[in-house]
Amino acid sequence: MAEGENEVRWDGLCSRDSTTRETALENIKQTILRKTEYLRSVKETPLRPSDGLSNAVSLDGLNKLLAHLLMLSKRCPFKDVREKTEFILKSVQELGIRIPRPLGHGPSRFIPEKEILQVGSEDAQMHTLFADSFAALGRLDNITLVMVFHPQYLESFLKTQHYLLQMDGPLPLHYRHYIGIMAAARHQCSYLVNLHVNDFLHVGGDPKWLNGLENAPQKLQNLGELNKVLAHRPWLITKEHIEGLLKAEEHSWSLAELVHAVVLLTHYHSLASFTFGCGISPEIHCDGGHTFRPPSVSNYCICDITNGNHSVDEMQVNSAGNVSVSDSFFEVEALMEKMRQLQECRDEEEASQEEMASRFEIEKRESMFVFSSDDEEVTPARDVSRHFEDTSYGYKDFSRHGMHVPTFRVQDYCWEDHGYSLVNRLYPDVGQLIDEKFHIAYNLTYNTMAMHKDVDTSMLRRAIWNYIHCMFGIRYDDYDYGEINQLLDRSFKVYIKTVVCTPEKVTRRMYDSFWRQFKHSEKVHVNLLLIEARMQAELLYALRAITRYMT
Amino acid sequence: MEKMSRVTTALGGSALTGRTMHCHLDAPANAISVCRDAAQVVVAGRSIFKIYAIEDEQFVEKLNLRVGRKPSLNLSCADVVWHQMDENLLATAATNGVVVTWNLGRPSRNKQDQLFTEHKRTVNKVCFHPTEAHVLLSGSQDGFMKCFDLRRKDSVSTFSGQSESVRDVQFSIRDYFTFASTFENGNVQLWDIRRPDRCERMFTAHNGPVFCCDWHPEDRGWLATGGRDKMVKVWDMTTHRAKEVHCVQTIASVARVKWRPECRHHLATCSMMVDHNIYVWDVRRPFVPAAMFEEHRDVTTGIAWRHPHDPSFLLSGSKDSTLCQHLFRDASQPVERANPEGLCYGLFGDLAFAAKESLVSTESGRKPYAGDRRHPIFFKRKLDPAEPFVGLASSALSVFEMEPGSGSMSWFVDTAERYALAGRPLAELCDHNAKVARELGRNQVAQTWTMLRVIYSSPGLASAASLNHSVGKGSSCGLPLMNSFNLKDMAPGLGSETRLDRSKGDTRSDTVLLDSSTTLITNEDNEETEGSDVPADYLLGDVEGEEDELYLLDPEHAHPEEPEYVLPQEAFPLRHEIVDTPPGPEHLQDKADSPHVSGSEADAASLAPVDSSFSLISVSHALYDTRLPPDFFSALVCDMLRFYAEQGDVQMAVSVLIVLGERVRKDIDEQTQEHWYTSYIDLLQRFCLWNVSNQVVKLSTSRAISCLNQASTTLHVNCSHCKRPMSSRGWVCDRCHRCASMCAVCHHVVKGLFVWCQGCSHGGHLQHIMKWLEGSSHCPAGCGHLCEYS
Repeated sequence: MAEGENEVRWDGLCSRDSTTRETALENIKQTILRKTEYLRSVKETPLRPSDGLSNAVSLDGLNKLLAHLLMLSKRCPFKDVREKTEFILKSVQELGIRIPRPLGHGPSRFIPEKEILQVGSEDAQMHTLFADSFAALGRLDNITLVMVFHPQYLESFLKTQHYLLQMDGPLPLHYRHYIGIMAAARHQCSYLVNLHVNDFLHVGGDPKWLNGLENAPQKLQNLGELNKVLAHRPWLITKEHIEGLLKAEEHSWSLAELVHAVVLLTHYHSLASFTFGCGISPEIHCDGGHTFRPPSVSNYCICDITNGNHSVDEMQVNSAGNVSVSDSFFEVEALMEKMRQLQECRDEEEASQEEMASRFEIEKRESMFVFSSDDEEVTPARDVSRHFEDTSYGYKDFSRHGMHVPTFRVQDYCWEDHGYSLVNRLYPDVGQLIDEKFHIAYNLTYNTMAMHKDVDTSMLRRAIWNYIHCMFGIRYDDYDYGEINQLLDRSFKVYIKTVVCTPEKVTRRMYDSFWRQFKHSEKVHVNLLLIEARMQAELLYALRAITRYMT
Repeated sequence: MEKMSRVTTALGGSALTGRTMHCHLDAPANAISVCRDAAQVVVAGRSIFKIYAIEDEQFVEKLNLRVGRKPSLNLSCADVVWHQMDENLLATAATNGVVVTWNLGRPSRNKQDQLFTEHKRTVNKVCFHPTEAHVLLSGSQDGFMKCFDLRRKDSVSTFSGQSESVRDVQFSIRDYFTFASTFENGNVQLWDIRRPDRCERMFTAHNGPVFCCDWHPEDRGWLATGGRDKMVKVWDMTTHRAKEVHCVQTIASVARVKWRPECRHHLATCSMMVDHNIYVWDVRRPFVPAAMFEEHRDVTTGIAWRHPHDPSFLLSGSKDSTLCQHLFRDASQPVERANPEGLCYGLFGDLAFAAKESLVSTESGRKPYAGDRRHPIFFKRKLDPAEPFVGLASSALSVFEMEPGSGSMSWFVDTAERYALAGRPLAELCDHNAKVARELGRNQVAQTWTMLRVIYSSPGLASAASLNHSVGKGSSCGLPLMNSFNLKDMAPGLGSETRLDRSKGDTRSDTVLLDSSTTLITNEDNEETEGSDVPADYLLGDVEGEEDELYLLDPEHAHPEEPEYVLPQEAFPLRHEIVDTPPGPEHLQDKADSPHVSGSEADAASLAPVDSSFSLISVSHALYDTRLPPDFFSALVCDMLRFYAEQGDVQMAVSVLIVLGERVRKDIDEQTQEHWYTSYIDLLQRFCLWNVSNQVVKLSTSRAISCLNQASTTLHVNCSHCKRPMSSRGWVCDRCHRCASMCAVCHHVVKGLFVWCQGCSHGGHLQHIMKWLEGSSHCPAGCGHLCEYS
């Protein structure tokens, strides 16, 4: 069989035109059935030794296709595609080939599947979003499905991501995905790495690069250092880093390319935070998202326990939740009360300047020691660690050595005045897109808190935002950091700190133990705040260094 | 005169003196403000708050207001302002949201007077009332503006900007009660100080934050605003709606804007990022700054004119920790460095060229032309005395007009439409295209096609007649592409002159002569060795090109009265000889028939210089005999394509590229191909040859090109009922669950082609409507409209 015939073209499915999709589906069906037939006929004839290998290869190829079909049957926003792909899978199964089934429960390990919007039951606005996303990427990823709790933000997020990855920009497409891989690998985020490895190969990237950074061009290797510093200790970025990248003879970056790369790096660092923070499950068609094993009892247990999604486990959590219902109810009440107090007596007791300054320092220092007591070592996911070197370099590392984080004053260099102008100058339109995204994330509110309605949450949001910036040493002159201590309790701080600084260490327990009475959508909202604040913090440091280089 | 006297009275009889100078501060400055007496300036920043006296030769530090054991955040200033009525009174805005007033008259070391801690976030701006001694206004990040009476402990009134951060507040200089405020969302509001409940007026001035504003010191209604969108806009506020009267586009976000005293149209700006210079603009000339100060090494954060009635002294503070005094006479003027020359193509191919007169006059030896009598064009500009660039404004304009008819591109359109690019064997394509070219009188092109056919298809199929024909007439016309210009000089009264270098033209013709002779030699060489027809043709073409350029460049040869151009004989001996050569139709008809060939060669030999052109034919023979592989020629063909492309006939280059396909593609680098394709497609689209352009896109193999017609191929339909786009299916609206497009004839949903009447907007299936309108002229929907189907 010629390779060309076997090529399955998925892109027709992204069309909004149902007839185009239909023909594409028909083609896929033909190809897959042909392959299946072929495999079956080979299987039936006695094996020749030389065939063994090629058979395995073609079975592998078929399995990949089937996994993709499975993903489509679950996650395509178009109903016709979902139905048809399911039908194809069934017919393949009838031919005696084992078909995959999805593992785990839904897009997130932390959030029960029933809480998350099912594909197919979305309203018109979300459907448009899904269709847009699907048309752009050829898939509807789990991140999108979790973010759709906040469609307003999702729209901006997808627009930005689409622009960064697919629209006009100084970097070639495969570079962009490779930078995404580099950034995600810094946090050992196998989910994002897998996703972008596929995309990278799809846009014609050289598979050799995937064997490790040392196989990539020197130019990208040079970026490794910036990636490392940016991910873990952005305050250490100096104009020398920038100069090193811009003046490397034939491997130099141009300023525009560098800004593009920096935006991509920060985007993927924070997206890795989101992935871990919300416990995003592997995509159905990627490794670990599906299995070909039949759902036997023993298998079920093994794979699902490792996913942290065991039904019994969930029961326990629920019962635990029930026990502490009254507890957590008070938690919300107490928080509301504190906010009210702060609102009222803000003007009365005026802390001295020294007091304010020391509050910031205390918060900054304390934030270094806020860490979950259960020091679980998460083993780096398979294949991920090769994309970066120097695994030991991390935020935590630093805090143990008690290094001093210099204070970055937002009044001297802020996103709105400085960062925006620089980004927009060097990478037109992106400044605008990111600016919108920051605004939406910062100002997003439904005026609800757990079971309460009509609450002004701006104070709480500001506390979260400033707490994250505080961890990165960014100080707002006009903020009283005492508020943070009042509003954010320890378990919440642990969660924030872990998600932002060492996302790979986030556990289900952490996710469950903060804000127990709050809805999942609110926890996702918190995550959005976290990732945007983190992205802005990293961007501020990187852009300040670029500005310093330029002047 | 009246103005002058006012200045002197304002300056108290003694004019300001000083020089361009700077002094080093200990820390970056955030803002500066000048005292009423123009002798002192206050500099404020995160860790600096000092008063300097401005002396003739230097700045002298007079007072450090930053006192106390531990620096408090109240001293971290975002803005500072000096009262224009009371020289002891200052106010600062702190980054932590505190507004502080300072009284220099206090006897103690600490001059701090009052502390207002009402704002919750950073205060961006403070502003004193221009005439009232005790009124202070502040604008903060928390979205509030507060008005303080310094005799009281707290604010008198609070103005809410609806939680949009306030970036600047400025009291109107003329209207006692009015102030303007600018916001981060791009809005500008006008407030009446007596009415804190709502603003008097609001409009969107910029895209993104408006960082600053400034009222015109004289003109009551003018407000200048500067924003992150890199614009400075001047608004006329006297009309009912704020009207944008001027707009200056700068190169970076505008951090500060200040009107220049005594110069009605001048304002100074500085930027917040990237650009460190201070510009003074004439708002009527928004493209080039009138003056530029380049002293600072980091962004300028504060600018102030030293005296409200003296336009020549500007003070500035910067992040590079320096305080500067700039003298206007020392400013650099970008205009001087500008290159005031312009070149522009007209709609019908006319070419206009303008340059500084000084440049023109240096050219000697040109006698001014008396202008074309048929199309007299006069250029006379009324000189505006207010014009800032008067000295530079005298320029000469020349217009080169297209000879009527010669600019016609009909050949291009015809060729594009009639060329066959695919779908037939190569030989047929070449023949067809050669025929098309010949019929349009483009014999050189026709000949090229024929040769391509000879090179790339089997020799047996060669159609001799066409080959011969094109050889015979090959040189009777040049590339039609070369436009001939009829030169005219405009407005001799203004002293304008055409600037075509005559001497250059002359040397050109020399080289042409030289070239053609070398051509001859090379051709003969070619003939003797292995020779190929293509280079001969190529070189011939080259000569043609030169000739046309010469025609263009050397107006001396052209008579203005007689636009019909006559080729100077001596420069082109070859050309005319060839025309005279009797075509040998039998020439190739029978390849074995050598006597014929030699016979005509003998004929040709009598006309000495013709040899080269005949090398074409004899080479063709050599080709057949030795059967050189077509690959052998690919380099030459590529050269030829490049030649055509360079001549401007990208049509030929692309057409050949498509027709030959794989045969030559690999020899031309991808980028060049892409470039040709895009140029050709662009041209085609300009002539509205959409079908052809799409065909070209389709036939191209370059990835970047072929994806052109795959972008934005989806056409979305809006529901006629709810006006929302119907994204899933084109005929049913998801929102209102209605079928959007019903056929008026059969009352079913139209899923395919929908045709509708633009008069009554009824329609339906194409076939149904066509059928209906055959029988009736009224609308099938019964609306009574007389629909027309065309």
